Amino acid sequence: MAILSLSGISKNFGAIQALDGVSLELNSGEVLGLMGDNGAGKSTLVKIIAGNFKPTRGTITIDGQEVELHRPVDARNQGVEIVYQDLALCDNLSAAVNVFLGRELTKGVGPFKVMDYAAMNARAGELFRDLRSETRPRDMVRAMSGGQRQAVAIARTRLAQAKILLMDEPTAAISVRQVAEVLNLIRELKRQNLAVILISHRMPDVFAVADRIAVLRRGRKVADRPTASTSPEEITGLITGAIESL
Amino acid sequence: MNAALDDAIKQETHSLSSWIMSRPAFWVFLAAVIACLVLTALTDTFATPQNLFNVTRNFAFVAIIALGMTVVIISGGIDLSVGSTLCLSAMVLAIVMNAGFGLATGTVAALAASLLVGAINGFLIAYIRIPAFVVTLGMLSLARSIAMVLSNNRMIYQFGPDEKALFWLGGGSTLGIANPVIALVILAIITGLILKWTRWGTWVFAIGSNQHAALLTGIPVRRLKVSVYMFSSLMAGIAGVLEAGWLGGVTTNLGQSMELSVIAATVIGGANLMGGAGTVFGAVIGAALIEVIRNSLTLLGISSFWQGAFVGSFIILAVAFDRLRADPELED
Ligand SMILES: Nc1ncnc2c1ncn2[C@@H]1O[C@H](COP(=O)(O)OP(=O)(O)OP(=O)(O)O)[C@@H](O)[C@H]1O
Ligand SMILES: [Mg+2]
Repeated sequence: MAILSLSGISKNFGAIQALDGVSLELNSGEVLGLMGDNGAGKSTLVKIIAGNFKPTRGTITIDGQEVELHRPVDARNQGVEIVYQDLALCDNLSAAVNVFLGRELTKGVGPFKVMDYAAMNARAGELFRDLRSETRPRDMVRAMSGGQRQAVAIARTRLAQAKILLMDEPTAAISVRQVAEVLNLIRELKRQNLAVILISHRMPDVFAVADRIAVLRRGRKVADRPTASTSPEEITGLITGAIESL
Repeated sequence: MNAALDDAIKQETHSLSSWIMSRPAFWVFLAAVIACLVLTALTDTFATPQNLFNVTRNFAFVAIIALGMTVVIISGGIDLSVGSTLCLSAMVLAIVMNAGFGLATGTVAALAASLLVGAINGFLIAYIRIPAFVVTLGMLSLARSIAMVLSNNRMIYQFGPDEKALFWLGGGSTLGIANPVIALVILAIITGLILKWTRWGTWVFAIGSNQHAALLTGIPVRRLKVSVYMFSSLMAGIAGVLEAGWLGGVTTNLGQSMELSVIAATVIGGANLMGGAGTVFGAVIGAALIEVIRNSLTLLGISSFWQGAFVGSFIILAVAFDRLRADPELED
């Protein structure tokens, strides 16, 4: 049974229809590449799954249960984690605090809880090591490279035992070596039976790790095929509209 | 081996000293210390216990409010209504005590009125999304007007049975230190601890740095903002109670244009009006520096008309310094 199932998801922003009746199924241990032109609605779709937007119409089913996600916390509680396209980091906070933002570790009794910086630094350090990233937990994000920032954003998703991981262009700003690390990480997560949605404009990345590729065009899903039975040329045609739909 | 250790230590101390020097508050602190040393050398009236007592007491009121302002500015906002909130708080206290109630009742009423002001500010800013500048500018006018209406614009100088206690609270001293200064120290320590060691404090920095990110990660941004403005008003309210006790009377022009000194103190102390940066230490030192400048002009016999020029220059200098240090890449 599918871990995530979207049915008839539409989203309007005032007069703009960002999504129009998108239905999608995703299984555990499956990586779905989500592709489409700028403004096609990819980020909007994953933000709906992450509880940032409420869909105008349509339903979300996670693990066989229809869910209403009012806030990001609701989605997190359902085992959904997301790497945002703009990474959503606070420059003037340390890497570790950014990793834990919104779910800080505290210690103390009753209402007197203080931030447990030592524990957060230690845990963040482990996560960065797992990601093979040279990111120091105590460093301010302000001074970090694009790859280190990306590592911080990805480390965030590893805090809880996620069932569904949404990655909005996780490889946009990083070096070739780091891209390989992120792709390896995705393969590893797949082995751990997570369901992953990978948004990327980089055709080779998607073809390297995705089991299936879905294409959005102007808010509609125009294709959804196993990677093995399609080609970069076909996907490009679908994205641009040269191929109407499949 | 030893050389390597030496190197490591040198690096460590080097980075510590460069860390300290990179703090805007450090330079302001240095300026204040130098001003004090110069005054001690030039006059025999500065370093007297009485004058130091007065200087510290005088800046305590501004500094207490600057604690709240620092939190607001870190969160990316501004609160122009603090002077009027101070006035409203003092007036509510005066009216309640004048009617025969005790100091505790008066203080509770005054702080409740202040918190209400902050809650209204915060609600309009966070939920109705009116810019903080506009909301608190309106409240600056509104709160003082309410104080006038409540008092019928009279001066109140009789505070009922607990009058002595109130005058001691604001005008007295403990172990030779003015009570408002003690209040400042306690409140500054609490504020500093809250900012550094609670989730609330971390979130305040987070929304000031990247509100969008804070929202995406699930921080309750709107409730947080309301609490930030309530914190600021509470500090103004506390300062109002203390100042009423010190002055021994409350008029409706109490705290007029005080918001300017408070914002000046906060900015001189290194808070960034764009949000995301600021320290309690800086705010207190900023307030102290302003008072030392004021005091030195008096002691040196310089016309007090110059006061604004000095304070104004310091505001601009402090920020200019910070800018030049922060974005060297913008030079062209
Ligand atoms: N918060 C919002 N308010 C109004 N319109 C929005 C909002 N978010 C997205 N949109 C609009 O919805 C459409 C889809 O945007 P979306 O960000 O989902 O595209 P995308 O496929 O992620 O594009 P890209 O590849 O550039 O990231 C666009 O027309 C965009 O302008
Ligand atoms: Mg996008």
